[in-house]
Amino acid sequence: MDFVQNFPFLSIILSLFSGPLSSVLSGRWAKRVNTAVIVVIGCMSAATLGYVMNTGEAYVYTMGHFPAPWGNEIRVGVLEAAMALFFCVIMFLSMLGGIREREEEIEEGKQNLYYVMVNLLLCSLLALIYTNDLFTAYVFVEINTISACGLIMIRQNGRTIEAATRYMIMSLLGSGLLLLGICFLYDLTGHLLMSNIKEQVGILAATGSYHIPLVVSLGLMSVGLAIKSALYPFHAWLPDAYGYSTLSSAAILSSLVSKGYIFLLIKIFYRVIGFEIVGESKVIHVLFVFGIIGMIMGSLNAIKEDNIRRMIAFSSVAQIGYIYMGFGLGTAEGVIASIYHMVSHSATKSLLFVAASGLTDASGKSPRYRDLTGAAYRNRLAGVAFTVGSLSMVGMPVFSGFISKLLFAQAAIGHRFKMLPTLIALAISVVLNAIYFMKTVIRIYTPVPAGMEISEGRTVPAREQPAKALALICFIVLNLILGLSSEPVIDLIQNGLKMFG
Amino acid sequence: MSRRVPQEQYEKTFSYKFRQWMDGTKDPFLDTVEMKSQEAFQEDGQAAEQRARDRKRIAERAYDLEKNAELRIFRRIYNVLAVLFCVLLVVMLLAAVSWLPAVGEADRPVNNEVSARYIENGLQETGAVNIVTGMILDYRAFDTLGESHVLFIATCTVLILLRLDRKEDQEKFEANDRLHEPKNDIILQTVAKILVPPIFIFGIYVILAGHLGPGGGFSGGAVIGAGLILYLNAFGFAKTEKFFTARTYRRMSFCALACYSLAKSYSFYTGANHIESIIPLGTPGAILSSGLILLLNICVGVVVSGTMYTFYVMFRKGGY
Repeated sequence: MDFVQNFPFLSIILSLFSGPLSSVLSGRWAKRVNTAVIVVIGCMSAATLGYVMNTGEAYVYTMGHFPAPWGNEIRVGVLEAAMALFFCVIMFLSMLGGIREREEEIEEGKQNLYYVMVNLLLCSLLALIYTNDLFTAYVFVEINTISACGLIMIRQNGRTIEAATRYMIMSLLGSGLLLLGICFLYDLTGHLLMSNIKEQVGILAATGSYHIPLVVSLGLMSVGLAIKSALYPFHAWLPDAYGYSTLSSAAILSSLVSKGYIFLLIKIFYRVIGFEIVGESKVIHVLFVFGIIGMIMGSLNAIKEDNIRRMIAFSSVAQIGYIYMGFGLGTAEGVIASIYHMVSHSATKSLLFVAASGLTDASGKSPRYRDLTGAAYRNRLAGVAFTVGSLSMVGMPVFSGFISKLLFAQAAIGHRFKMLPTLIALAISVVLNAIYFMKTVIRIYTPVPAGMEISEGRTVPAREQPAKALALICFIVLNLILGLSSEPVIDLIQNGLKMFG
Repeated sequence: MSRRVPQEQYEKTFSYKFRQWMDGTKDPFLDTVEMKSQEAFQEDGQAAEQRARDRKRIAERAYDLEKNAELRIFRRIYNVLAVLFCVLLVVMLLAAVSWLPAVGEADRPVNNEVSARYIENGLQETGAVNIVTGMILDYRAFDTLGESHVLFIATCTVLILLRLDRKEDQEKFEANDRLHEPKNDIILQTVAKILVPPIFIFGIYVILAGHLGPGGGFSGGAVIGAGLILYLNAFGFAKTEKFFTARTYRRMSFCALACYSLAKSYSFYTGANHIESIIPLGTPGAILSSGLILLLNICVGVVVSGTMYTFYVMFRKGGY
C-alpha cells in the first residue's frame, strides 16, 4: 500500500485532533494551528487527488483491523479528493477574508473556541466526503450541526442567538429524519456499509419486495438532508444565520456546510440506493418541483431585501434550488450540472460575502442600500469583486455561473417532461437574479448625490486590509478559472461520478 | 428525667437530645444551619407592565391583529394545518413501519453475517467479554471516536453561549448563585459525605469493567459526573474549585481526546497497512485485557464526566 493512500485518514484525524488542541491554546495560537491544519490538509488532498487520477480507480481504506462490513472504512475516488481539496481552499480563503471581523466581533476569551468549531467542522466535512458507512456519516452530521450552531452564535447579539435557535431546531429535525431513514434502510438490508446496502437494495428492487418502506426511507433521507441544506420551503433559518453571523461563519456556512449535506445526498443516491432506483421513484419529482419553486421564490425574497447580506443569503436559497432541480432531472448530466453548480456557487457565494463586508466597511458598517451608495468608489477592490460575483451569479459568460447554467440547460434538453419547466424556470431565475444583483451593482457605482451624506462613510484602500484584499483577489481568480477552463473540471466530475457508484 | 444518673449528666446524653427533638422543645439544627425558606416569585410591578405594553405593541404594530383579518385567518389555518400535517406524518410513518420485516422472525435481513461474526468471534477478536463494548470500541471505533467529539463540541458550544467572561457579570452571578438555596446545609452535606465516595468508586468500577460486563465509559462517566454535581451542591464552589476548574476540564478533556485519537490512529494505521499490532489482547475476563478498549473506556469516561459537570456549572453560574 502506498503511503499517499493514508492521507485521507490522516487529514480526518489531524483536523479531529486539532479541535481539542485549540481548546487549550490561546486565541492567537489556535488561529495559527487552524491555518496550518487547513493548509496541510489541502496539500494532502491535492496529493491524494493526484494519486487517484494516476491510478484511475477508487480505493478502500479500512479503519482498523476488521474489514468492512464489520469495521468502518472510507473510500477515496477522484470526486472525493477533489471536493476535499476544494473545500480546504474555500475554507482557507473564507478564514483569511474574515480575520479582522473575527477579532472585533468575538470576545477575547472565546477566540480559541471559534477555531475549535472550525477545525471540527472541517473534520466532519472531510468525514462526510470520504466515509463509506451510513452510520459514520450520521455521527459526523451531528458534529457538523453542532459546530455550525456555534459558528452562528459566537458573535453574540440578539439576532444571532435567535438565528442559532432556529437553525438548531430545523437542523435537528433534519437529522432526526435522516436517522429515521437510515434505521428503515438498516432494517430492510441488515447493513450500514454503503456498498453492501446497494447490493441488498438491488436484490430488493429486482424482487419487488419491501417497496413501500424503501421509498419511505429514501424520502425521509432526502427530506432530512433537504431541510439541512435549506431547500425552499425549509429555508426559514437561513437568512438570519447568514445575515448576522460573523463574516467567516457566513462564508463557511453558505459555501461549505450546506454543500457537505448535498454531497452526502449524492452519495446516498449513487452509492447507497443506486441512481436507477432513485430515478424510478417519485422522490426526485418532489425534489425537482421544490427546486424550481425555490429558484424563483428565493430570488423574489432577495429582491425585497434592504440588507445586502440578507439579500446574498436569500440568493443562496435560489442557488440551492438549482442544485436540487439538477438532481430532479434524474439523469447523470443533471447531477454533473448540480455538482458543478455546487462548486461554482461555493466559490461565488463566499466571494460575495467577503466583498459585501468590504463595501459595508466603507459605509460605516451599515448593510442598508441607501448607505451603500457609491461604496465601490470608496473601496475599489471590494467593488470589483462584488461585481465579478454578481455577474457570475447572473450567469455572464467568462464567469463560473454561466457554465453551470449552460450545463443545466443542456441536461434538460431532450428530457420528456421536465425540459420545458426547467428552461422556463432558468430563464425567469436569471432575470430575477439580474434584477437584484444588478440593482446592487448599480447602487454601489452610483456617485453619492449632492445633499446626501453617508454617515461614517470613508475611503478604505486595499492596503488597510491586506488579508481581505488577498482573499478577494484569490476568489476572483478562482472564479475566472472555473469560468474560463471549465472543461477539465467537468471531466473530473464526470470521471469522479463514474468511480463514485 | 432519669432515675439512674444525675440531671446534669443526663442532659448531655444522646437520648435526652433525641427526646427533646421528638417533643419539639428544641431543634438541634436551629441556629447551626442556615435555613432560608423559598419565597414565592414576585414580579416587579414595573417589569410586568413593561411586558404587557410590549406585547400589546407587537400585536398592534407588527401584526395588527384586530384589523388584519388576513393574518387572523392565516394563523387559524396554520394551526389547523400543522396539526393535520403532524397526524398525517404519524399515520404515514406507522403505516410504513407496518410494512417492515416483522420483529422476531429468524429470516429478517438484519440477521446476517455481520451480527453473526460479532456474536461468534467477538470474544476472540476483541478480547472483550462484553460484546457491545467490543463492537463500539473496536469493530466500529471510528464512529465512537466521532461520538466522543460530539460531546466535546457540545460542551464548547455551551461555553460559547453561557460562559461569562466579563468580571462584573461574574460577580453578579456569584452573588445570585446562593439566593434561593441554603448555604452549608448539614443534612445535604452529611448525605453527600456518605454518598459521594461510593458513587465515585462505583463510577470508576463501571468504567474499568466496561469490557467485562455491562458498563463502559459513557455510563461510568455519567455516574461520576452526577457524583461531582452532588458534591458541588453540598459543599459549594469553594471546595470543588480546589480540584476542578475550567482549566482542569480543558486539560483533562484534551488529554483524554488526544490519547483516544492517538491510540485509535495507531490501530487504524496498522490495520489499513496490514501491519501486525503490538497491542496484546490478553486473557478475556482479566481486568488488563482486550487491547486498547480499557484505555479508550477511561478516556471516554473522563470526557463524559467533565462534560456533565461543566454543563451543570454553566447553566448554574456561567463560569468556574
